[in-house]
Amino acid sequence: MNKFDDIKKLVIKDQLKLDCGQTISDFPIAYETYGKLNSKKDNAILVFHALTGDQFATDINPITKKDGWWKYALGPQKAIDTNKYFIICANVLGGCMGSFGPSSINPKTGKSYGNDFPVITINDMVNAQYFLIKHFKIEKLFCVTGGSMGGMQVLQFVANYPNIAQTAIPIACTSNHSAQNIGLNELGRQAIMADANWQNGKYEEANTSPSKGLSVARMAAHITYLSKDALQEKFGRKLQERDDLKFSFDADFQIESYLRHQGSVFVDRFDANSYLYITRAMDYFDLNKKYGGNLSRAFEKSKTKFFIISFTSDWLYPSSENKEIVIALNSIGADVGYVEIESDKGHDSFLLDVPDFLAALKNFLNTSYERLNEKGI
Amino acid sequence: MKKEFRIISDLVEKNSRVLDVGCGDGELTSYIFKYITQDVRGIEISKSNVQKCISKGLTVIEGDAENDLYQFPDASFDFVILSQTLQAFLNPEKVLDELLRVGKKGIVTIPNFGHWKVRLNLLFKGTMPVTKSLPHKWHNTPNLHMCTIKDFFNFCDHKKIKFIKSLALSQEKLLSISKTNLNTRNLFSEIGIFLIQK
Repeated sequence: MNKFDDIKKLVIKDQLKLDCGQTISDFPIAYETYGKLNSKKDNAILVFHALTGDQFATDINPITKKDGWWKYALGPQKAIDTNKYFIICANVLGGCMGSFGPSSINPKTGKSYGNDFPVITINDMVNAQYFLIKHFKIEKLFCVTGGSMGGMQVLQFVANYPNIAQTAIPIACTSNHSAQNIGLNELGRQAIMADANWQNGKYEEANTSPSKGLSVARMAAHITYLSKDALQEKFGRKLQERDDLKFSFDADFQIESYLRHQGSVFVDRFDANSYLYITRAMDYFDLNKKYGGNLSRAFEKSKTKFFIISFTSDWLYPSSENKEIVIALNSIGADVGYVEIESDKGHDSFLLDVPDFLAALKNFLNTSYERLNEKGI
Repeated sequence: MKKEFRIISDLVEKNSRVLDVGCGDGELTSYIFKYITQDVRGIEISKSNVQKCISKGLTVIEGDAENDLYQFPDASFDFVILSQTLQAFLNPEKVLDELLRVGKKGIVTIPNFGHWKVRLNLLFKGTMPVTKSLPHKWHNTPNLHMCTIKDFFNFCDHKKIKFIKSLALSQEKLLSISKTNLNTRNLFSEIGIFLIQK
């Protein structure tokens, strides 16, 4: 029995033409829902997850037994109130939590696809999730939201389906992946591929796992999710369960031990090939280029009300990149709000307990819902 | 609500498209949203004020007039409001030009440095004036370019900016300003309110 047998899945029968040129069909998209869809079907929110997230946005993830990645923001009476809204969250195409990805079994070979899996894009991810909306017979989504790669999917979703979402909240993201971010992703991929156990992507057949490489990738990435100040405050030069330096390459410092721990728990829940594919999708993301170098054109057919949020200490997707989206929307007279939240927690701020962020999210959602759907203004 | 805000709202046409620059906690913006037009948004520099605006359900962008107006296309708003902040910018002339580029019409209000109390303050006390409408001391005032109603009037005249309405608030009384009464208004009014156009 497959460990994903008991989770919700929609098998997409339709054909989906991918950006790489291949067409797929009969593929599963794993998803989770929270809250109840009301009779008017006007309270649905589609939440997109980030690189290593999954469909289990809140509560306990039944596979990993860990808290959902957005537990601070999503739940009863939280910013995204599950008593009020119906939340749909899907595992992205290329993911490893039950959706069609490199660890899925190729019916032709009876073995996992590995790197025979087609290279996918943010556009492909969004198009695959659109089938889920159709499945629920939802014509209007009250909101689409997500942080980081989730935010990129928000932008792509509104560009692809301009009349579906009433509101959109892209958080801590960008409209095109920067050289720095491509470089950092490449570092992670090279770490995985340099692991002899990667076996050219066929590690499942070889009954191995490139866990050392994946763990190093995670360690490097984890640093980019934090900020210098947050690291300094939390760890400084504190030593790990020792009084003095050991003159060795053990984890003398707490930060080393912390990163090693982050790396080792990550490999238990994430597939190395999925990491390659999803980071590639992020690198390929360039909405500006797709619209002839003019980002505004991506949104000109849309009436969606945007609210963009960035964080002061986020150096991975800095405020300046988020503001480019605001500028593109303003230049076509779109309805757009923007706030930069003061936080020293870096890019990860959107996942953490940052009260100003959670308050802004909650207030925007509730006042918008009241206006758009309760009073019908 | 401040009398000044009521007067500004009266100048805004129903169902027009409005940008409130330096919208603060959104008091004026919400009034306009409720009673004049729903197509209104604000720009505000203070993070805590932006949060207050969001909690009132207003569309607000964190930013300021000196750096963020450039992103709006020409004539993209029917009215652009600038309430008592022109004097606080590094380059008020540039802000005014941008205001009238982005807005078909501009509503600008200024605290009048020509008011008799301000003049007496400096004349007799010999210190920088501190009054009800100019409450700051010289060392902590955000105001970099104080002007009088007469200064602003002449400045717009010089720049060939048209006055659709020129109003003065004098002890809560609303009066109109013209070339003939300019000196009197300049002496007795605390605030000037101008509806202007390029």
